[in-house]
Amino acid sequence: MLDTLLPILIFVALALAAIGAWRRIRLWRQGCPSPVPFFRGLAAVPRRYLVDLHHVVARDKVMSNTHVATAGGFVLAAVLMILVHGLNLAEGILGWPLLAASAVMFGGSLFVMRRRRRPPARLSRGPWMRLPWSLMAFSLGVFLITLPTVGVLPEDIGSWVLALLLATVVAWGLGEMFLGMTWGGPMKHAFAGALHLAFHRRPERFSSRHGGEGRSTGLKALNLDDDQAPLGVETPSDFTWNQLLGFDACVQCGRCEAVCPAFAAGQPLNPKKLIQDMVVGMAGGSDAHYAGSPYPDKPVGEHHGDPQGPIVAREGRALLNAETLWSCTTCRACVEECPMMIEHVDAIVDMRRFLTLERGDTPNKGAEVLDNLIATDNPGGFDPGSRMHWAADLDLPLMRDVEQAEVLLWLGDGVFDMRNQRTLRALVKVLRAAGVDFAVLGDEERDSGDVARRLGDEATFQSLARRNIATLAHYRFQRIVTCDPHSFHVLRNEYGELGGHYEVFHHSTYIAELHEAGRLHFTPWKGGTVTYHDPCYLGRYNGEYEAPRNVLKALGIEVAEMGRSGYRSRCCGGGGGAAITDIPGKQRIPDMRMKDVRETGAELVAVGCPQCTAMLEGVVDTPAEVRDIAEFAADAVTHEDTSAADGPSRGGHGDDASPTASTRKEVMS
Amino acid sequence: MPHEPITTLPLTVAVLLSVGRHPVTGRARRADQDARGLELALSMAAARIELVHAGPFDDACEVSMRGYLGMSAGHAGSGADSVTLVDQPSQADVVPALCRTLSESLAPQLVIAGERAEQGEGSGMLPYQLSESLGWPLVGGIVAVEGVEEGVATLLQALPRGQRRRLSVRLPVIVMVNATAMAPRQSAFGPARRGTLAVVEQPAVHDAAQDEWRVQPARKRPKRLKIVKATSARERFKAAAAKSDGGGGQIMKDVSPDEAAAAIHKLLKEEDVLR
Repeated sequence: MLDTLLPILIFVALALAAIGAWRRIRLWRQGCPSPVPFFRGLAAVPRRYLVDLHHVVARDKVMSNTHVATAGGFVLAAVLMILVHGLNLAEGILGWPLLAASAVMFGGSLFVMRRRRRPPARLSRGPWMRLPWSLMAFSLGVFLITLPTVGVLPEDIGSWVLALLLATVVAWGLGEMFLGMTWGGPMKHAFAGALHLAFHRRPERFSSRHGGEGRSTGLKALNLDDDQAPLGVETPSDFTWNQLLGFDACVQCGRCEAVCPAFAAGQPLNPKKLIQDMVVGMAGGSDAHYAGSPYPDKPVGEHHGDPQGPIVAREGRALLNAETLWSCTTCRACVEECPMMIEHVDAIVDMRRFLTLERGDTPNKGAEVLDNLIATDNPGGFDPGSRMHWAADLDLPLMRDVEQAEVLLWLGDGVFDMRNQRTLRALVKVLRAAGVDFAVLGDEERDSGDVARRLGDEATFQSLARRNIATLAHYRFQRIVTCDPHSFHVLRNEYGELGGHYEVFHHSTYIAELHEAGRLHFTPWKGGTVTYHDPCYLGRYNGEYEAPRNVLKALGIEVAEMGRSGYRSRCCGGGGGAAITDIPGKQRIPDMRMKDVRETGAELVAVGCPQCTAMLEGVVDTPAEVRDIAEFAADAVTHEDTSAADGPSRGGHGDDASPTASTRKEVMS
Repeated sequence: MPHEPITTLPLTVAVLLSVGRHPVTGRARRADQDARGLELALSMAAARIELVHAGPFDDACEVSMRGYLGMSAGHAGSGADSVTLVDQPSQADVVPALCRTLSESLAPQLVIAGERAEQGEGSGMLPYQLSESLGWPLVGGIVAVEGVEEGVATLLQALPRGQRRRLSVRLPVIVMVNATAMAPRQSAFGPARRGTLAVVEQPAVHDAAQDEWRVQPARKRPKRLKIVKATSARERFKAAAAKSDGGGGQIMKDVSPDEAAAAIHKLLKEEDVLR
């Protein structure tokens, strides 16, 4: 009886799955066009899955092995089952690997079950709680029906009751595994995820066989050419189709939620819920069926949307509230952790673009900062003619005068901030000690456009970027060095699309290089314990985790690492304009970061970003002093030529960085 | 946006816009006070809004007008997405042209203007001159239009130290917004770019007086130093909360111009302004 029932079951399930797939694809195709290399994308799936995706999954060893067993076992079992039980091909031979595959899958599903017994808060419940049972039903059912096929058990064992029972178990498994994949069960992640890997909007983020960085973090430019086109994402269908596909790939593992600083601070953001809301919007309906953690303090079931409806309502409720979008610090922790390679930050900035460019609704100080950027080219509204006041006594060579230099020192808007001026002075001292031929743009420099872009004001970003690129085109230099990771990221990764290609170095990288080349010598560190805070825009955005640590090591400092450092570093709370939009939460993100610092027992926290410095120094009752890498270096730098020795002292005193006669000559020659 | 339903009285509000100038960089922008005027107009439900600017149509003018147009997000049907640009040469007196545009083509019942422009003549005289030539009443220091019923507008006027006075004025009327009126909303790039600038021609009247003038940056006005005499916290608080203007002074009514001038002269001597 099973012989006739099984092929029917299998092919009905496959046919229904195909119909589901067609419906699912239609949902994605509501999005805007986005050309992809179709066949090359599909061909890249195995590598992207086995290398890039697995690289992320493997951070959790147990779960990684569980997934390998379950998913690997399933794929093999499914294919063999179609051959053996569906088409009755080579039953005797293929039956054995089928038994093995289903056994492996069953083993994996036991681990899935174990994790579901007391699931961590980040995991979604609801239909996900039945998944281990379904996995077991499928694997066990397939195993049992295959036993007679290979002749372990006689063909006619048991009664028709047993056969029917077995068929039911198999049908359940097929229903979850095949139908659920395309009709919207937990297994949807496999179908959408595979296609998402194939047609990812950032194909360059995947590694390739020929090496390459495999990193793509710059935001994509918004086309501003058509002056009648609405800008940004207003409705779910304004996303590109492959972004919608990406949202659908979410497996609701909640790794993003676990690392999101805004969620931890009790701000109304949960990256996982955000992606699920986009899925709700794409399919139409309400978020009542969402079974994971909500946005902090925002009950589930009050929001609803449809593909053509607004995501953020002007009044009342739609898919989500604007504060959810403005809580994001764009720290990319969620993107870094996402095993499905979903681009949360892109989506958030796309929606912010609509709110800022079309609705004129940037919260709190946002509008003021953008007005300042438009009117004065800096977010603080300072006189652009006063950019160099901090360096009145330093006699910095201006590009306008020298026209070319080895290094263009990009100062950033920190020039207006008294704390950052200390860092800048320290950096100048270090560069002079190493005899670097550098120059600055002076009053010709403008804000890099980072804040404007993250606040959604693409127009102001592009205006600033184009003018900066035009200015830079006048001068000859080999590289740009900056102590601001935000400028660093924008100059390095986001100006290219607008025609500005530069070799850009973060000052920590450059100092490490100078030290390596023997151009800098440090007196050994005698201070207390030091920990290092990775700035998001240096680390996760640009993969620079080593250079700052190398500088500290060169100084003789052993870094007491925080629990969350490197690619898991916790944001300071100052990125993405979050300090400007200032969405209230239960606690402040920098306070949490300082708690991390406190746990290391460090007396000093080394930073490499003016924004991080400002945020961490804003913490009251702080356990550690905040000091920039440049200040550490400037304090310890020794001059080889004795005439220039002015002894190690704390960076930031006015005369520290002023050139002595001999170093000055060196710079000029 | 669909057209908003027009209530029983199709009220037309004209907002006079000038080319603003950023105080630090001097770049063209929407003028703060005129933007407050537009904010006031946008906050009035069911009003037809006419945006009017008279002056030379150049780059600065376009940048500035687009700044105002960017405030029309969500109000596209009200008329806030289009500026009537009365093109005038830079040496022209804009009052006659503005007068003709207002009375002949736009026919508003309510005209909103700022108290003072950010550049150009910027004297704040324009609303007065308009009022004179149109023969309409003028009310200054307005922070809100609370309602318009049967041709009478209820206005809220700002007085010193946060006091407010409610006024009823028969339309048509020209009002000047106070600097304490609701701050203007953010100007959005999309609507700013899509908004239209409708250029209309009006005969230009040469402003002969302007030829005589020499324009130079304004000097900062001298400020009276506050001398703190308080010895206790309570006194300091009282001083901080007190009116900034002194308690002295006298009100002179029905006096001859000579007597009035003599009184002013005497005061200036006392204050060491004249020596």
